[in-house]
Amino acid sequence: MNETALILARMQFAANITFHILFPTITIALGWILFFFRMRFKATRDAAWEEAYYFWTKVFALTFALGVVSGITMSFQFGTNWPGFMEKAGNIAGPLLGYEVLTAFFLEATFLGVMLFGRGRVSERTHLIATFLVAFGTTMSAFWIVSLNSWMHTPVGFEVVNGKMFATDWLAILFNPSFPYRFTHMLLASGLTASFVVAGVSAWQVLKKVDSKATHKALTTALTAAAVLIPIQIFVGDMHGVNTLKYQPAKIAAIEGIWNTEKGAPLTLFAWPDKASKSNLYAIEVPKLASLILTHDLDGEIKGLNEFDGKHPPVAPVFWAFRVMVGMGSMMLLVSWTGMYFLRKRTVSTLPKIYLRALAIMAFSGWIATVAGWYVTEIGRQPYIVYGVITVAETAAKHAPAMIGLTLTAYLVLYVFLLCAYVFVVKGLSEKPTRGQAPKLPVRLPPQVVSAAGH
Amino acid sequence: MDYILPLIFMAIMGLAMLLYVILDGYDLGVGILLHYAPEGQKDMMVASIGPFWDANETWLVLGVGIMLVAFPSAHAIVLSALYLPVAIMLIALMVRGVSFDFRTKAHDKHKAFWNSMFTGGSIVAAMSQGWMLGSYVSGFRDEWWTWAFNAVIALTVPAAYVVLGAAWLIMKAEGDLQARAVVWARNAILPFLIGVSAVSIATPLISETIFNKWFTLPGFFALLPIPLVTAAAFAALWHVTGKKSIIDAGYGWIAFASTVLVLILATLGLAYSIYPYVVIDRLNVWEAASATGSLEILLVGTLITLPAIIGYTIFVYRIFWGKASELTYGT
Repeated sequence: MNETALILARMQFAANITFHILFPTITIALGWILFFFRMRFKATRDAAWEEAYYFWTKVFALTFALGVVSGITMSFQFGTNWPGFMEKAGNIAGPLLGYEVLTAFFLEATFLGVMLFGRGRVSERTHLIATFLVAFGTTMSAFWIVSLNSWMHTPVGFEVVNGKMFATDWLAILFNPSFPYRFTHMLLASGLTASFVVAGVSAWQVLKKVDSKATHKALTTALTAAAVLIPIQIFVGDMHGVNTLKYQPAKIAAIEGIWNTEKGAPLTLFAWPDKASKSNLYAIEVPKLASLILTHDLDGEIKGLNEFDGKHPPVAPVFWAFRVMVGMGSMMLLVSWTGMYFLRKRTVSTLPKIYLRALAIMAFSGWIATVAGWYVTEIGRQPYIVYGVITVAETAAKHAPAMIGLTLTAYLVLYVFLLCAYVFVVKGLSEKPTRGQAPKLPVRLPPQVVSAAGH
Repeated sequence: MDYILPLIFMAIMGLAMLLYVILDGYDLGVGILLHYAPEGQKDMMVASIGPFWDANETWLVLGVGIMLVAFPSAHAIVLSALYLPVAIMLIALMVRGVSFDFRTKAHDKHKAFWNSMFTGGSIVAAMSQGWMLGSYVSGFRDEWWTWAFNAVIALTVPAAYVVLGAAWLIMKAEGDLQARAVVWARNAILPFLIGVSAVSIATPLISETIFNKWFTLPGFFALLPIPLVTAAAFAALWHVTGKKSIIDAGYGWIAFASTVLVLILATLGLAYSIYPYVVIDRLNVWEAASATGSLEILLVGTLITLPAIIGYTIFVYRIFWGKASELTYGT
C-alpha cells in the first residue's frame, strides 16, 4: 500500500516537473533572444527586427503563462507530496526557494506586463529595460532553482542535528560542486531549445509562404545560435559527466550500464540492461571508450553498480534517457551545421524544402533532449532525494493511493490537453498572414472601445 | 531573535496572502464576470487585467513559499489536510491562467471555448480557496457542521471576488461596461457580507481561546473599531454602487477602496484571533518555525527585495493607470 502511494506520488511529481520544465526551458533563452531582436532594432532601425520581436513576444507570453501556472503547482506539491523533505532539508531548501521568488519570479512576472503591453505608454528606453529585466529574471530563476537542485545532488555546507539539516556555509551550498556544470548545462539547453523553436517555427512559416524579412532574420539568428551553442553544450556535458563520476558514481554506472567495476570499460552504444541477470543483453560496445571519456585514460577504472549495495538507481530508464539526450544532441549538431553550410551560399527563402521540413520537425527537439537529460539526472539520484543523506521514501506524504491516483489522472489529462493546445496555438499563430503586430499601423480598435477611449 | 523572527515571517506571510487575495481577487472576479458580459465587452474586461495577472498570482507563491520556508511543519499539516481542495485549486488556476493567453491567440472559433474555461477556472479557483479558508478556520475538523460551514465560505469567497472585480471594472471601464459593473458589484455585496459575517461569528465559536480573546473586557472595546469600520466600509460600498452620480463624478474608486478595506480588516481580525497559532490550537509560530539561521538569511533578502518588489509593482500600476484600452502588443 505504502509502496503504491510512493510510486504514485513520484509519478505525480514527475508529471508536474516534466510539464513545467518545458516552458522555462523556452522562456529563459527566448527572453534573451527577444532582447537581442530589440537591440538590433535599436541599432539598425530595420522594422523587420521589430516585427520579429513582436511576433515572438506573443509566443513568449503564452509560454511564460504556462510556466507560471505549472510553477505555482510545484510550490504546493513540495508540501503535498514531500512534506518530509521540507521538514528535514527545509532549512536549506527554504531560503533558496524563497530567494527565487523574491529576486526573480516577481521581477519577471511584473515587468512582463510592461514588456507586453507597455509600448506607447513608456519610453523606448524603459521598454528596453523591461525586456532586459524579464530576461534577467528568468535567468536568475534558473540560478536559484538549479543551485538547490545541484545541492540535492552534491550536498555540502551542512550538518545534521536530530535528523534535521542545518546550514553551516551558505556560499558552499549555493556554489556546490555540481552547480557550475549543471547551471551552464541548463542555460545552454535552454538556448538550444529556444533556438530550435524559433528556427523550426520560422521554417514552417517559409514552407507555408507566410514569411517575411522578419522570419528570415529570426531563422538566421536562431540557426546561428544553435550552431554555436551545440558544440559548447557537448563539451560542457562531458565535463558534467566527469563531475558526476566524482560525486555520484552510481549514476554514471547506470548511465553506462556498468554492472561490475572494471578497468578500461567499454562504451555501450546500445543494449538491453537486464535487471534480473545484472548484465546488458544484445550490447553493442566500443572497447575502452567509456573509461577514456570519463577518466580521460584508456584503462581508467569505473565503479560498477555492484559497489553500491543496492542503493543505486534503476538502470534501464537512466541508460535509455541518456541515449535519447545524446541522440537528440547529435541531431541538433547535424541539423544546425548543415543549415550554416547552406546559408553560406543561399538565402533563407532558397533553402531546400526538405531542409526546412527537417527544421520544422526539429522545432521541439529541445524538449525531448531537456526532459531526457533531467530524467537521467533525477532518476539517477534515486533512491535519495538529497544524495547520500535523505531517501525519497522517508519524505513522502501518507495519502491514500486512491486520492493520489485521482489527482494524478486529473493532472495528466490537463497536461496532455494543454500541451496539445500550446503546440496548436503556436502553429496557428505562425500561420496567421498578418503575423507580427505591424507596429507602425494605427491600432484597429473595436467600435465601442473607440468611443470609450475617445473621452 | 528566536522570539521575534517567526513573528516577522508570520506578518510577511499574512501580508503576502492579503495582497494575493486583493490582487488576484479582482482578476478572478473579472474572470467570473466575463461570462455575464456581452461579446463585445469581453476583450475590454480582459484588457483591464492583462498587464497584471502574472504578477498578481506571484503573491500566492510568495505566501505559500514563506509558509514552506519559514514554517515547514505548518506547511506539511495544512497542505496535507487540504490535499484535494489544493489540487482542485491548482488545476483551476492553471486553466484560468492559460485561457487568458489562449483566448487571444487561438483561432477565433475557439475563443468562446477559452472564454468559458476562463470563467470556469476562475469560479472553481475562488470556490476552492473559500473551502480552504473554511477548513483552516474550523481547524480541519471532519464533522457535518464544519462541512456545511466550509461550503458556505466556498460560496461566498467568489462573491467577494466578484465585488472586487466589479469594483475594479468601475475604475477601469467607462460607459456601458461601467454601468454593468455597478450592477454586478451591487448584486454580490450581500453574499460577500454573509461570508465575512460567517467567518467572524464562527471563529470564536470554534475555539474557546479565540472567544476569550474577543469577548473579555476591556479588550472588547479596544477591538470594537474592527467590526465597526468593517460595517462602515460595507455601508460605503452599498451607497456608492447605488448612486450613479457619485460614480459619474469620478468617485467610483471608493467601491474598490472600501472592498479592500473590508478585506484588510477581516485579515487583521483573523490574524488577531489566530495569534500565536499557525494551525489553530495545534501549532504555534515558534513550534512551526525553521532554524533561526535560515530565517535570518531569508530576512536579509526579504528586507531588501520586498520593498523593491512593492516599489516596482506600484511603478507598473502607474504605467497602466487610468481607464483600460484594448490589449495590444504594439502601440
